[in-house]
Amino acid sequence: MPLQGNLRDFSTTQLLNLINLAGKTGTLSIFESIRSGEKDAIGAEKMVAGKERARVSFKMGKLISAILGGQDGNLVSVLNKAGKLSDEQARIIRERAKNTSDKALALLLINANYVTQRDVVSSIQQHTLDVVYNLLSWDEGPFRFEDNILPSSDRILVPIDLENVIIEGARRIKEIEQLTSHLPNLDMALKFPENPREKFKGIHLSVEEWRVVSFVNPKNTIRQIAKANNMSEVEIRRIVYGLEQAGLVELIKPPTPDGAVSGGMKRPTTRAPQVQRTVVTKLIDRIRNI
Amino acid sequence: MQTVKMVITGPFSSGKTEFIRSISEIDVVTTERGISSEAERAVKESTTVAMDFGRITVDDDLVLYLFGTPGQRRFDFMWEILAEGMLGFVVMVDSTKPETFREAKSILETFRAYAPTPYVVAANKQDMKDAWNTDDLRIALRIEEGVKLLPCVASDKESVKTVLLELLYSILEEMDS
Repeated sequence: MPLQGNLRDFSTTQLLNLINLAGKTGTLSIFESIRSGEKDAIGAEKMVAGKERARVSFKMGKLISAILGGQDGNLVSVLNKAGKLSDEQARIIRERAKNTSDKALALLLINANYVTQRDVVSSIQQHTLDVVYNLLSWDEGPFRFEDNILPSSDRILVPIDLENVIIEGARRIKEIEQLTSHLPNLDMALKFPENPREKFKGIHLSVEEWRVVSFVNPKNTIRQIAKANNMSEVEIRRIVYGLEQAGLVELIKPPTPDGAVSGGMKRPTTRAPQVQRTVVTKLIDRIRNI
Repeated sequence: MQTVKMVITGPFSSGKTEFIRSISEIDVVTTERGISSEAERAVKESTTVAMDFGRITVDDDLVLYLFGTPGQRRFDFMWEILAEGMLGFVVMVDSTKPETFREAKSILETFRAYAPTPYVVAANKQDMKDAWNTDDLRIALRIEEGVKLLPCVASDKESVKTVLLELLYSILEEMDS
């Protein structure tokens, strides 16, 4: 079943997080919005998919390719954009190698000493990241994720870990409201997930992010961490958002001195009934027999 | 006679009334009204404004009541009243409508705050082609690993039975722990 929705309800960052955590393989397409004239379940105008704006592919939870609509995204264009080929070189190669696949062309260019293998990999990687960082700022547009659909085999695919992309994407999110709505309560605390060492492997954190990470402890509220690091509410929200989306920390309620939980959640206001075990087993038997 | 109750909650149009109808031994006592908002009327014609009420009689001494909450926020004053004394609760999510996921998560957190009772999440409308699968929903809704997230079709009695049984198993586990 394809995964579909609209970026206004489920953001690009959330999608990347889902694809990363679920280790998905497939292609995400984001489309232009066309007004349908109908309303959706929450009363917002329902948008239907128009022209494809971007196509991003993933293999086992890693980003492997990204193309914006209207761009060919082939190797010559990518190397030209990265400054590895001049405009004139790109024009000549396009003319002479019209029907050559990206992989074959890369070999030809490397053998002819136009570029190195490293140039090819880094240029493709940067192109892919530029596209994804661009679409991280999109807040509207129908999307569809199709499992197991991948780019054609003649393209060069460079796998990129999504955690770093998500963190960088979060760095670029400027909408304070979005951050505030995600993390309304700074009196929550942070804890590391299980196997933190595994998760932090290969992750590149900024100095500020490391400073926050060094204070991660269920006893420290986010507000206290911000104060200790002399950070504003926006700064701490942005950093926590990035770390949480990348699965590096989890939000929890800090313990109070009496051992009860605190935080933004309301304390339980109603009492659970005192019910005997036999009552529950009777209910189970009855429902089984309906 | 002892009565126990469970609450079926979730966003507007997530399938709460249908869920109770599928299993209740009585015609569900419903407080549905025609929808005044044009936007919501596009989704369905009527909605629950106070509560739905279903019943399952176990024996002469024990009855289970199922209460469905109103899905629209403007009737949320009823939620806490309905939550009082509940044995557990089911959060219904319409798996085909990602625009309601945020609301579903918010309702879940609200009910968790009302009472420390066990709960399960029912991913409804799993028979529809646009339904998100339960693994993806777990990530999208940030449901912890220990919480049951069950595929569900509210119009199917067997599916509803499975959800209620899983909730009861969770209640037993909690009693045993």
